[in-house]
Amino acid sequence: MFDWPTFVFSLPLLAQALLITLQTSLLGNVIGFAIAVGIASMQLAGRPLLRRLGGSYIFVFRGVPLLVQLLVIYYLAPMLGAPNLSPMVAAIMALSLCSGAYIAEILRGGLMAIPPGQREAAHLLGMSRAAILLRIELPQAVQSTLPSLVNELVLLIKASALVSVVGLADLTRVAQNLAASDYLFFQHYLVLAGIYCLINIPLTMFGRGLERHLQRSLA
Amino acid sequence: MNFDPSIILNNAGAIWSAFMMTVYTWLVGSALGLVAGFVLAALMLFGGTPLRLVLRGVIELVRGTPFLVILFLVYYGGPAFGIRLGAITAGVLCIAGYSSVYFAEIFRSGFASVPRGQLEAGECLGLSRLQLLWRVQLPQMLVLITPAIVNMLTILCKETAVLSIITVPELTAVLTGIGTRTFTFIETLLVLCIAYLLLVELTSRLGRVLERRVGAYLQR
Repeated sequence: MFDWPTFVFSLPLLAQALLITLQTSLLGNVIGFAIAVGIASMQLAGRPLLRRLGGSYIFVFRGVPLLVQLLVIYYLAPMLGAPNLSPMVAAIMALSLCSGAYIAEILRGGLMAIPPGQREAAHLLGMSRAAILLRIELPQAVQSTLPSLVNELVLLIKASALVSVVGLADLTRVAQNLAASDYLFFQHYLVLAGIYCLINIPLTMFGRGLERHLQRSLA
Repeated sequence: MNFDPSIILNNAGAIWSAFMMTVYTWLVGSALGLVAGFVLAALMLFGGTPLRLVLRGVIELVRGTPFLVILFLVYYGGPAFGIRLGAITAGVLCIAGYSSVYFAEIFRSGFASVPRGQLEAGECLGLSRLQLLWRVQLPQMLVLITPAIVNMLTILCKETAVLSIITVPELTAVLTGIGTRTFTFIETLLVLCIAYLLLVELTSRLGRVLERRVGAYLQR
């Protein structure tokens, strides 16, 4: 049933592909975080226009499937005059734009939980708004929402399997190619599922540990 | 860059049936997933420790695997075991299986939130296990789990787009198909985005109404 020589042969290829998967999802997460900081602070801003814009961003990017966003970026960017995007760039763009919307929702909760007195005090001390956000509010928001952020990373690693559709040689794509070459579909996809689990299950457990730790420190 | 709405009108029939296919796979898959999730949660709760540990393991494995990979395993890997499913059947079953573990977690947390003392009190009053479940636990947990279930439903709605990869003729497959055939990506992708936004927004609005409905007894 399980062909071990094929498995051993496929390992180096899968290891390389794992790097691509990790690279896209981690970069997507980091850039998505930066986008999220912008969107979340827009949503908490005083001006209605900014709030509206931030809200619309979240509405669109959370309401449309990631696969569709990926297709939109991949097909539409060249038509709108942008040069042909490489699969890697399109994948990272889609992952970061999408995760930006989800992380913004998480961060907004964290930012809203900070007592307004802190902001007022920092303002009186002469700190600029950017400094207040980056040095006072954000560190606390990240600390209090860390379990959700880890959970979001797990979701993003899983979602990154979709980038195989635009031809990026990530884990899923390489497993597909392997399966297409020797017809051992079940075996290759089982190994593929195993690799995703090996990354995601420890991460999930780490997230749960963080959550317990956080609950203890708050109690 | 030009915009040609006639391409949408000319293919209105095909797009409508694709829309119905998306709704069908989504709703049937989620309904099966809800039932399976409830059974899973009940088994974990009442099935004894060994069964609970096994199910726990299965749930973790499914949760750690991307939906696309589960789809590939069932659709392309199934024939190795003589399981040959059509694309639509495989899609519905995968939505059901994938969502059942998330629904199980939601139901489990719902069960856990009802205080143990209430169950003991019910037992002392002579209620059966089933009566306790149906009349004491369920009404209270519904208030807590409705938002989580609605949220999961919107996630599943978007997840059906992935079924296009195994050639289920749903919205994403049909509209990108029209797009590549006629080179009208802007029109087709726009309609595609609007269709999903509509479905997701409608679901979350209905969800908010439902939340008020199941929570109504708390306000009294």
